[in-house]
Amino acid sequence: MRILWRVVLAVGLPVVLIAAWWFGSAGSTDFYWPSLSTIVDTFGRTWTWEMFQEQVFPSLWRLLAGYFLAVLLGVALGALIGLNRVVRDLLEPVLEFLRAFPPPVLVPAAILLAGIGDRTKILVIVFGCVWPVLLNTIEGVRARDEVLSDTCRTYRITGLLRLRHLVLRAASPQIVTGARQALPLAIILMVISEMMAANEGLGFTVLQFQRGFQIPEMWSGVLLLGLIGIVLSLLFRLAERSLLGWYHGQRAGQREF
Amino acid sequence: MVSVAARRPRVTGRRYRSVTLGALGLIGFGLVLEVAPRIGVVPIDFAPPTSQILVTLVGQLDDGSFWTALLHTLGTWAGGLAIAVVAGAVIGVLLGSLPILRAATTTTIEFLRPIPSVALIPLVIVLYGPTVRSTLILVVYAAFWQMLIQVVHGVADVDPVALDTARSFRLSPWARVRHVVWPSALPYVMTGLRLAAAVALILTITGELVIGSPGLGKEIDTAQQSNEVRLVYALIVVTGLLGVLINLVVRWGERRLLSWHPANRAEKGAA
Repeated sequence: MRILWRVVLAVGLPVVLIAAWWFGSAGSTDFYWPSLSTIVDTFGRTWTWEMFQEQVFPSLWRLLAGYFLAVLLGVALGALIGLNRVVRDLLEPVLEFLRAFPPPVLVPAAILLAGIGDRTKILVIVFGCVWPVLLNTIEGVRARDEVLSDTCRTYRITGLLRLRHLVLRAASPQIVTGARQALPLAIILMVISEMMAANEGLGFTVLQFQRGFQIPEMWSGVLLLGLIGIVLSLLFRLAERSLLGWYHGQRAGQREF
Repeated sequence: MVSVAARRPRVTGRRYRSVTLGALGLIGFGLVLEVAPRIGVVPIDFAPPTSQILVTLVGQLDDGSFWTALLHTLGTWAGGLAIAVVAGAVIGVLLGSLPILRAATTTTIEFLRPIPSVALIPLVIVLYGPTVRSTLILVVYAAFWQMLIQVVHGVADVDPVALDTARSFRLSPWARVRHVVWPSALPYVMTGLRLAAAVALILTITGELVIGSPGLGKEIDTAQQSNEVRLVYALIVVTGLLGVLINLVVRWGERRLLSWHPANRAEKGAA
């Protein structure tokens, strides 16, 4: 009974909302607001396997390449800066300033510097996503537990071992927070760089539909972008659960006391 | 562990050193960007030295259209942020204080939140064209979630013992909100506000760049199209300064409103 109630609570509102959209728009004659059944129908015809290969996969590849490069770079530089106080003092204001830039303004600058190829887009994504990861890593590395640090020192754990088991492990909840903040930024930057400077890709295609007044196709593209966002955030949560299982368990344990 | 009393006098000295180092870092950063194009590390035609960018920037200060664009950007940002913050706070308090409502909406919120706001761009162009309204919708959509999630968590996180205590002292519902719920949710609310303010700026500029609604973003796009390289960079610097300024103002407000909070008091001692 309680499980049933939970299920109702979880799926009730989404079902109601989708049903309201479906039936509310069923007889729609408005050119800009096609019925949901038309959109779903168009979705199947528009986003075929070839379309995915030509337009969607290149976009996703740039997105993931840029995102992972940004995370890697952010963690590496963050550990470096977090471990060294002089470097940290020297760079902190510069980093705060660079972070304050709204990342989309990089697109015009990157077009000037590197044209409109793949490299520009990946560069823009890396430059936009690196800040949350970097700053969170610095904070996480700084805030590592004193007792654990001392224990490491006592046991003469140094170098890579110390980095892997103390520094990065201690910072990992913060690193994951940064990576989570970076994910929607990566999607935004991928779409924008394709809307402003591209002749292929998901953002470009959706904007082409809009310019050609192919309204149901455009709606289906908007839905696809939304679905990609949802799927990526689900994947992220799965990854987080396996990476930070120890941490969440520890927290839950503390709460029980 | 060194004793606290022994560490105190060193705090000001270290503070002074870190400020000096920070200033040095900024100057060094500017110098690198000045020298790199001049010695040909990056193409000087597409990455002008800092000094030229700054000269162009100062030149813009006499230009009426620059100020109009800046005001447009600030107006869209503030308007969108205000709508998102009010809506997020009201709905957040509602969802946070009624567990059944929260349970019923969780999946929907988790589903809608990761939808990238830029997915709405083609939609708003078709519906409203290159207007401020189009950009405003993007800004509100993006900033709303930041605020909502924080407020829901903040209100749900109120200490039940404190709330029960207030109830047994017969505090009126209004007094409970005023003295128990509001102060304990405030740190979350301020975090939400800070995140929302930054996201709102990003989406304001994005809307102006891609949709073409009036503002700094549109000016950057126009300058890039007409190959006015220095102007592109000068305007980009302005958006960066805007970001810094917004961050400083929100941080300042946060510190003033939350000066009583343990996190702030601890910071003062340990900084």
